[in-house]
Amino acid sequence: MITVTSARKNYGSFAALDDVSLDIPSGSLTALLGPSGSGKSTLLRSIAGLEELDSGTVTIEGRDVTDEPPQRRGIGFVFQHYAAFKHMTVRDNVAFGLTIRKRPKAETRKKVDELLEIVGLDGFQHRYPAQLSGGQRQRMALARALAVDPQVLLLDEPFGALDAKVRTDLRQWLRRLHDEVHVTTVLVTHDQEEALDVADRIAVLNKGRIEQVGDPVTLYERPANDFVMGFLGSVAHLGGQLVRPHDIALERDRATALALDAKVVDSPGVIDAVVERVVPLGFEVRVELRAESGERFAAQITRRDAAELQLREGEKIHARATGRSSVIDVDPALAI
Amino acid sequence: MTSDTDQQRRGPRPGTDVAPLPPRPDATAPDGIHPHGGGAPPYADPGDAAARPKHHGRGLRALRRPLGIGVVTLWLSVIVLLPLAALTVAAFDEGLAGFWEAVTAPAAVAALWVTVLVSAIVALVNAVVGTLVAWVLVRDEFRGKRFVNAVIDLPFALPTIVASIVLLSLYGPNSPIGVELNATRWGLVVALLFVTLPFVVRSVQPVLIEADHEVEEAAASLGASTWTTFRRIVLPTLAPAILSGTGLAFARAIGEYGSVVLIGGNIPRETQVASQYIQQQIEIDRPLNAAAVSVALLAIAFVTLLLLRVVSGRSQRREERDA
Repeated sequence: MITVTSARKNYGSFAALDDVSLDIPSGSLTALLGPSGSGKSTLLRSIAGLEELDSGTVTIEGRDVTDEPPQRRGIGFVFQHYAAFKHMTVRDNVAFGLTIRKRPKAETRKKVDELLEIVGLDGFQHRYPAQLSGGQRQRMALARALAVDPQVLLLDEPFGALDAKVRTDLRQWLRRLHDEVHVTTVLVTHDQEEALDVADRIAVLNKGRIEQVGDPVTLYERPANDFVMGFLGSVAHLGGQLVRPHDIALERDRATALALDAKVVDSPGVIDAVVERVVPLGFEVRVELRAESGERFAAQITRRDAAELQLREGEKIHARATGRSSVIDVDPALAI
Repeated sequence: MTSDTDQQRRGPRPGTDVAPLPPRPDATAPDGIHPHGGGAPPYADPGDAAARPKHHGRGLRALRRPLGIGVVTLWLSVIVLLPLAALTVAAFDEGLAGFWEAVTAPAAVAALWVTVLVSAIVALVNAVVGTLVAWVLVRDEFRGKRFVNAVIDLPFALPTIVASIVLLSLYGPNSPIGVELNATRWGLVVALLFVTLPFVVRSVQPVLIEADHEVEEAAASLGASTWTTFRRIVLPTLAPAILSGTGLAFARAIGEYGSVVLIGGNIPRETQVASQYIQQQIEIDRPLNAAAVSVALLAIAFVTLLLLRVVSGRSQRREERDA
């Protein structure tokens, strides 16, 4: 368990962490999710000891490490840009933590080979980091961090520097690795899809504060506020409320729309709109609409529904929200 | 691969940046660059290279290449090679035996020995102190940093004879601080340290600025102390720069004349350096002796630079790249 209590960190007048408290259960894979400047990296680096808190405490597995340097916190840290030791081979990179602890050579070698096999770099022992692809370098960095048997593994935007395909592969790989290794892992990301995909708990940060902590389903379906809702998926403005685009249904017949809408509690009502554009996205179709009020929004419907409606650009249509689970009132101060 | 391209843009990597431009005289690729072209990662699709428009402006290129090579060759010949050849010819005026006799004359050997000894001490001191100065200038913030940074170049810009007078007034007879170094080998060391100060500092500084701080944080997170991190992570990164700065300082020191001429005292076998010996031999009309010792100095400088290239080339091949 990692416990952060009342953490504060200022850079000049900018509050990177503004009274943050967070519990991270042992064995979990927790994502710190937020836009840039939200304090997520600062929080992670404070747990690692790479950043000193102005006030507040950090405990790792019951031990107060607030005043400990990173060397004595029992952590493994993975950086966005790999931080590979370029003048060392892959083997020496991974062995570094063990070598400086003066472990017996045979033991180190065995452990390094095991780790390289786990991360899929077996046979790359004698290569230099420059001879690896970005994804391979990051896997090497992971093996290096795991070699010292850390109590917690801290990943700072670990896939941020990789291209999209490698990124998805690697995060699924990380998820499987975590299921095998079970080390408490904290991952910083600004990518909500990545957080939803890989983490079993997500803490959403904004402006140095934690907005909400929970499992992915809870956060997606019951966001605490419109920031969380807006950050964890796309949203549409519908009659002064925020609605997920796939929770919008379109009807040709206004009476039907009204009848169905009557069953929805707290609904924003039926909105008359004009179809501006129909964008096929594979399985789904995004329909871009303009309400009579002039407000633009998008609905995401299945291909089948789109085919039945036979939508054409410029046509009139009636939009309604289908459920209330993800419908929340817009805080006028935060209107996007 | 986003990061790779970022890195290429950031890093000074002559080979790659020029490569994709259409008129590409192959001969302009600076030697010492890895055959991979430096930036092109070895795992990159080889199709990339094939797709480059190599054959644009063929006529221009065909004309430009011999012209460029011609100018470079001519310039090097006139400025560097011909005088060196003339010197070598002069040194062997009386055959190999005459050359050998001139070089192994006790006074000549002593002068060469003093030169190499003092220069080696100066180079080593520079390697340590120069690195330290560069470190402080890059990593520490203090008042007057810009001033200190500017002062580093002063010994380089100053006429060396002025340096000599400056040092003589401080360390000479009736020294205001009570340290008299004139006509001692320590006097030579101080004078040479003065003029070679910028070499290591200026070659280490940019490398240190470019150095990735996260690498040090990574080492710390793995349990390495500050000293271990410096020794095992930072130093290997700086090594080529330190080495090249040290080599240049050494090469400068063995040929230095102006700054040591006053403070050295020119005492044969004690403080007389090779350059002074050469000057002396010319004055007493022994051009052969002068030329022979000059060739010896030339050989020492050449070997130093050669070793430097080999060593830095090796570490460059391993490290120069994109992460």
